[in-house]
Amino acid sequence: MASVPSKLYSDDVSLVMVLLDTNPFFWTTSSLPFSQFLAQVLAFLNSMLLLNQLNQVVVIATGYNSCDYIYDSSSAPNHSSEDARLPALYSNLLQKLEEFMIRDEKLGKEEPRGKLASSLLSGSLSMALCYIQRVFRSGPLHPQPRILCLQGSPDGPEQYVAVMNAIFSAQRSMVPIDSCYVGAHNSAFLQQASYITGGVYVKPQHLDGLFQYLVTVFATDLHSRSFLQLPRPAGVDFRASCFCHKMTIDMGYICSVCLSIFCKHHKKCSTCGSVFGQAQSDNTSASDRKRKAPET
Amino acid sequence: MSTGEKRRLNGEAEEEDDDDIDGGLDAWERTYTDERSWEALEEDESGLLCPIDNKAIYHAQYRRRLRSLSANAARIQKGLIRFLYIVVDLSRAASEMDFRPSRMVVITKHVEAFIREFFDQNPLSQIGLVTIKDGVAHPLTELGGSPESHIKALMGKMECSGDSSLQNALDLVCGYLDQIPSYGHREVLILYSALSTCDPGDIMESIQKCKKSKIRCSVIGLSAEMFICKLLCQETGGLYSVAMDEAHFKELMLDHAPPPPAIAEFAIANLIKMGFPQRAAEGSIAICSCHKEAKVGDGYICPRCKARVCELPTECRICGLTLVSSPHLARSYHHLFPITPFDEVSPRQNTPLQRPPKTCFGCQQSLLNPGNKLGLSVACPKCNQYFCVDCDIYIHESLHNCPGCESFRHS
Repeated sequence: MASVPSKLYSDDVSLVMVLLDTNPFFWTTSSLPFSQFLAQVLAFLNSMLLLNQLNQVVVIATGYNSCDYIYDSSSAPNHSSEDARLPALYSNLLQKLEEFMIRDEKLGKEEPRGKLASSLLSGSLSMALCYIQRVFRSGPLHPQPRILCLQGSPDGPEQYVAVMNAIFSAQRSMVPIDSCYVGAHNSAFLQQASYITGGVYVKPQHLDGLFQYLVTVFATDLHSRSFLQLPRPAGVDFRASCFCHKMTIDMGYICSVCLSIFCKHHKKCSTCGSVFGQAQSDNTSASDRKRKAPET
Repeated sequence: MSTGEKRRLNGEAEEEDDDDIDGGLDAWERTYTDERSWEALEEDESGLLCPIDNKAIYHAQYRRRLRSLSANAARIQKGLIRFLYIVVDLSRAASEMDFRPSRMVVITKHVEAFIREFFDQNPLSQIGLVTIKDGVAHPLTELGGSPESHIKALMGKMECSGDSSLQNALDLVCGYLDQIPSYGHREVLILYSALSTCDPGDIMESIQKCKKSKIRCSVIGLSAEMFICKLLCQETGGLYSVAMDEAHFKELMLDHAPPPPAIAEFAIANLIKMGFPQRAAEGSIAICSCHKEAKVGDGYICPRCKARVCELPTECRICGLTLVSSPHLARSYHHLFPITPFDEVSPRQNTPLQRPPKTCFGCQQSLLNPGNKLGLSVACPKCNQYFCVDCDIYIHESLHNCPGCESFRHS
């Protein structure tokens, strides 16, 4: 499978970049144990590879302190040398995963205080996009790439800009970001990611049947998706929250220099320190409107 | 110049002119003399012809540009809310065929690409189009935020005639840009084909007027450098460049897409009132204020006047409130927090302390040359991860995140 000589790819050949959340702080609180989660995901990866012999699966672990590639079906040998009892996918992936988790744990110096810790979604998203660009560069015939985030940790607000950058870059290269969120509350990052890039966001109701959700929703290639009734985005909230009180607002003031959002008129921007003149009065916008009114 | 003049006078009768210019070459010969396609080939070791590998040259050029950009733009305020008028010269000089198939076609093609790129990078900005034809400047579209309407208007106006007038264009644009709010950055980008300007009055006055109105004027020339254009750009703080060929023209054009450094006194910092509309309820029927058509579901509701609009970002047609969504603001954040350029790692400078990694951190591509030596690669100065050249370009041009820095927790 490493190098298929004829790259006669039809439109249903997929490259799935799976971003696996391995944040230990989340999995200790989850109702679904990590081992069960992994068992269902591995079965899903196997079925992806079975669906089409040219399909490719790459797994990136999203840890708490680091991210790393743990499996690539195009470079992995088909037969594992050490352990003949396990299929290659399992033994390679599990071994790399274990190494990764030990390394990830060693990197951590302190326990997160307060609320549940986030994992480094922005890092694994960026790595996945770099990999996809390499696939795009490989020539005119390449599998259709997509990203699947298997995430459980809550969003890390400090990653907002980086995650949004990754989302926009994925949108520009027409790479859908699918997300399957197994955490307690909905993830605003992943909802936005899937909405903006045209992917699917699913929050499974019954985690025991995770495999079924994965196979029915995320196994289909992009071409076949247009014939399916996939879960539709239910009310993604694109309202912003103000920087001063963190409240979600309908109307607000934006600093023209740094685009900070405020709910009230301030004299000075708390982010960039610009001093503001008069607030834009409603009169000017009304005259603007008159000038722009269409000639109908 | 004389042949060019003659061609202009003859207008349509181009076949005769071409014979004059190319000294009686046949059509098939001419394509080769123009394109010099043999220059893009070289011989490899076994004597076979192969295309020249200009990846390394391209990357060196790219890095030089990146460095010069970041050197003077490290912590400089950028004008994120821009009001840009694109002035397209459609005088008879635009019908010249030194760009294939003609200057006009090349210009329209790249203006289209530019408009899309511009709105991608500056979602809160607006563009307007002006054409110069028969010595008069015509407004083609008013300032607006929808790329499709501009592109459609430009595609419908693909003909050129008459002289070009820089002054008329400046006066017209100046009149429009004077009305925009004070926080906006006023810019004009002139795509000038002609080698002369046919003005009704003193152009110096118009230049001074632009300077006074704080309009940043930039010109991209398609023929040769002109003093008056250079003066205009110098006076108003813009950029003047002349395109050598189509690829160069495209590059010059796209240089104007990222926001330019802001000059503090050009735009007054201000708070802008904006609305963050919610999506309309699924299945509800309403007449949208932009197309005046009844639509089911789909669309957003202005939080102030409850009018329905189809797309964001836009300005509410009823109450004039600027309507955006939070991702539109987030799209501009990478201009505010640019990532540092990566340092080039020379193959010889292998630190004895740590062995350099064999693969690119981003895409896992091998960094080793066939001879098992470290090939051309770069490293992030912050996280010290190694990247391949292609990832370097992708990270700085499109992603705006360093995968290495993002995948290690900062405490």
